[in-house]
Parts: sequence; C-alpha cells; structure tokens
Amino acid sequence: MIINGVTIDATFAEAFPMKATRAIITAQNEKWALIAAQAMTGFATSVIACGCEAGIERTLSPEETPDGRPGVAVMIFAMGGKGLAKQLETRAGQCVLTSPTSALFAGIDGGTRIPLGKNLRYFGDGFQIAKVIGGKRYWRVPVMDGEFLAEATTGQVEAIGGGNFLVLAQSQPQALAACEAAIEEMRKIPNVIMPFPGGVVRSGSKVGSKYKSLGASSNDAFCPTLKGMTKTDLSPDIESVMEIVIDGLTKADIDHAMRVGIQAVCDLGAANGIQRISAGNYGGKLGPFHFHLQEIMA
Amino acid sequence: MSALTFTLKYRPDQRVDMSPLSCHLLQDKDPSDIAAIELQSGKCKLRVADLFSVSGSDTQTIVIKNSFEKLDFIGKDLDGGSISVEGDAGAYLAMGMKTGTITVSGNAGLYAGCEMKKGYLEIVGNVGDFLGAALPGNKMGMKGGMILVKGNAGERVGDHLRRGTILIEGDAGDYCGSRMTAGTIAVMGQTGRYLGYAMRRGTLLLWNPPQLSASFNDCGTHTLAFLPLLFKAFQTLNSKFADSAAAFNRVQRYAGDMAEMGRGEVLVKK
Repeated sequence: MIINGVTIDATFAEAFPMKATRAIITAQNEKWALIAAQAMTGFATSVIACGCEAGIERTLSPEETPDGRPGVAVMIFAMGGKGLAKQLETRAGQCVLTSPTSALFAGIDGGTRIPLGKNLRYFGDGFQIAKVIGGKRYWRVPVMDGEFLAEATTGQVEAIGGGNFLVLAQSQPQALAACEAAIEEMRKIPNVIMPFPGGVVRSGSKVGSKYKSLGASSNDAFCPTLKGMTKTDLSPDIESVMEIVIDGLTKADIDHAMRVGIQAVCDLGAANGIQRISAGNYGGKLGPFHFHLQEIMA
Repeated sequence: MSALTFTLKYRPDQRVDMSPLSCHLLQDKDPSDIAAIELQSGKCKLRVADLFSVSGSDTQTIVIKNSFEKLDFIGKDLDGGSISVEGDAGAYLAMGMKTGTITVSGNAGLYAGCEMKKGYLEIVGNVGDFLGAALPGNKMGMKGGMILVKGNAGERVGDHLRRGTILIEGDAGDYCGSRMTAGTIAVMGQTGRYLGYAMRRGTLLLWNPPQLSASFNDCGTHTLAFLPLLFKAFQTLNSKFADSAAAFNRVQRYAGDMAEMGRGEVLVKK
C-alpha cells in the first residue's frame, strides 16, 4: 500500500492489556490546571521503569468541568489495578494536592472504583470534611491556600497500551516534523494518550536483550547507524526513524488515533522525505492486540 | 395504568396510621385486597374502603386526596415508587424511607423524614418539629436522601442528622442542626436560637446571619470550592434553591460546636 508516495508496511503493531483511569484537574485558570496536570503526568512515559504511562488527554472548558473552572483531563495506564491505584494516589498527592488552587474530580463514572481523594483526605489531619453531593462523595481537605476539593473515587477500566507506528524518513528533521504533525492531529482524539515526550519516542525497543537483566533493548533493526552490521529493516535512503506510542481505552480508540496520525504523516508524503510507515511487530511476543497498518488505512 | 388514588371520605376524630399504604407493601395486591386493609385509628381499626374511596391501580404511584393533619406515617419505610399527598400530612411522614419520592402539597407534622435513609421528600407548606431527626432515644437521624421544605420548619431540624441534605426555603426554628453528626442543612430564611447546638460535624448553610452561641468560633471569610457543586446539584429541583441567583461561594465560616467535637461548620452567605 502506498499513500502519497509513502509505503505502508504489511505489518501490525502489537499492544497489550492495561488498566486505565482518568482524572479531571481544575484550577483558578488553565495555566495552573496545566501545571498540575503536567506535574502529575511527568515521568510516566513507559511502564518499563515509570510504573505507569500517563498523559494529558485534553484541556476542558469551564462548562465541561464539575466545578465550572478551567480544567485538564489526564489519563493514567498501568499493567494492573493495584499498581494503577498506587500511581494515581501518589501522583495526585504529590502533584495535584500540592498545586495552588487545584481540585480533583473523577473522569470515569463507571468501572471499578479506585481511590482518588479517599486516602489523600488524611492529609487533613482530622480537619477534613466529607460531602456527598448528587450521590458522589467529595473530600474537603484544609490546605494553606484554602481548601483542596477532591472526589473520593474515580473509575478504573480495561484498556490497551502500546499501540504504535514508526515513521521512516530520509532525515531526522523530516521524521520529527512528520511526527509533530501526527501528534497535533492525534491530540484531538478522545480516550487516547501518547505518553512519550511530546508524544514521540526515538528509542523504540525490541523485546529482550543480550544483557540478562534487561527485558527490552534498542530496536537495532530500525537503528539507521547499524544498517551495515545487523539484520536491518531499513533501506539505504532512510536515515531516521521515530515512533509514536498510543495508549487508549478501546481498540477502536487506538485504531482511530493511528489512522489520523498516519494520515497526517502521509499528507506530508514522499515530497517531505517520508519513506515508509511501519510498526513495532514483535512476532506476537508482546501482546494479544494487533493493529494491522494496511487494514487501518484501508 | 392510572395512579392508585385514595380520596378521604371523612375526617376521623382519631389519628390514622397510614403505614400499610406504602407502595412496596401494595405491590401485586388487587383492588379488593387493598380496600380490605385495616388501618389503626386510635383504639379502632378502619377498613381502607370505609375511610377512602379508592380508584386507579398503579400501586407504585399513589395519590392521597383530601389529606389532613391526622394521617400519620404516610410513606413509612417507603422502598421505591412515589406518593403524592394533596393536603396536609400528619406526623412521621416518610419515616425511615429507603427510596422513592414523597410530595405534600400542604403542611406536615412532627418528625417528617425522621430516620429517612434515601429518597426525596418535598413539603410545599410548613413542617413541624424534628424534621429529619432521630426518634427519641435513637442516636441517628436522617441517613441520606434529600428533604425540601418550601415553607417554614419547626424546632430541632436535623436533630442527630447523620447524612443527607435538608433544604428549607423559609425559616427554621430553635435548635436547628442540634446534635448533628454530619450532613447538610440549608436555610434561606431566618434561624432561631441555639443554632447547631452540640453539633459534631456537618454543614449549616445560611442566607441570613444567625444568632450564634459563644461555642462557635469565627474562621474568617472564604471562597469554598464545594459550594458551586452543591448548588449545581440543586438545579434540578423545583425550588428557589435551583435559582442560580441564589447560589454563592463566598461565606463567613464559623466552626463548632466547640462544646462538643467542634468539627461542624456554619457557613453564612457574604
């Protein structure tokens, strides 16, 4: 399959089941909501070492938030429910509770309930106040700038992590420009996050390593400087490869995000140095969810 | 299916225990069974058919017409369905209600909504003492749900209130929120003496400055983030509380009752 001079490989991205949750952070203005959200979703690029994958889903207008203030929706993905709850609690406690004027609300109504403000309330040292409003429990925790308001629980749902595609370009600037264009479009899609810095990862990994202690290592087949010394997947004219990783609530959400992203890359096309779109295919070793590139773009 | 309607034929001298006529107790009963139910009235028992003319068949939607202040225990332990009272209701209205809706177009007597667990109670007129309270000797009053009073309320509103919301558009009598353990009471009108007497936790939300006991301490003026959420939850009500002009988030906060646990609060509109 070729779109605008870009070859779409006959391969698939492999993804794996995760648990996910969403929280809504509000603040006095969007600036401070974003500061809290960026802190909460920092150091959360990969479950390999961060414990979770997290990102900002989108900003919310005052009309869309529970308390009528500007807000941000963040999503957190982890391999298990216990780990997810722990990550949510520590991140909310250290990054949102501490952030001036912030308030924290559930972003998913259904699913298994996991603590959001339920345990953060103990920071109030006995001065915290519970309020059940419209069937939902909130905690009012006294803090130095007033009160920190947090909904007691949020929803945890089944999700998918690790959807991805690779952008193969003639040069590093062209690969990055294409990924930036893709991320700009993909950020408009609900229920997905791209957890890596700026949404783009340049160190895509393969499963396993020559070193026993490592479960993942550099994807040498796509490293352009190794073209002459490994079983490469790259043609001579490809000088740079970048990857976009997508975590989403459902397969359809990831399909949608991948389609939009790949289309944005293809719109730049061969004229802008984009040669191929491929995917992290680990021969079925990584996960049960397969995203076939050509089917998605059909 | 039309609402099961009980129209009072005459006003008996003695009070009448209406608790057998709750929706959940009448489910699957045919009209002849319902007509034969006996209601305690003083020392006598009155057949439903003798006291009311009965029409309609939807046992989950009950209407009581020509109701007056001696019909007690209307909607006791109600577990689903709705009861609409046209006229006044007696004492113990909606006592122990589990779920469902009860509306009264007139006034209600003592202990309305007492020990109610969930559901919605609306009284268009005035209500007597001990609204949403605990029965004498018991330690827990209303545990959930919402009560809306469009008129005035008597003394001891929310005595031992445990959870839930009581909204009063008019005035509340003395000892409003006494001994409350948690929950919210909002009063748009005036409040009486000994507001929040011995309250442990919970919120009294007031539109007018109260006469506070010395055991309530001023915590200053604040903008509280939970108030917009609270007022948003009232927006579906047919009430002054639903009016966005009535909403506020800037309050004077008093903590008390310091003679008790002291974790309660009185919030007064600024």
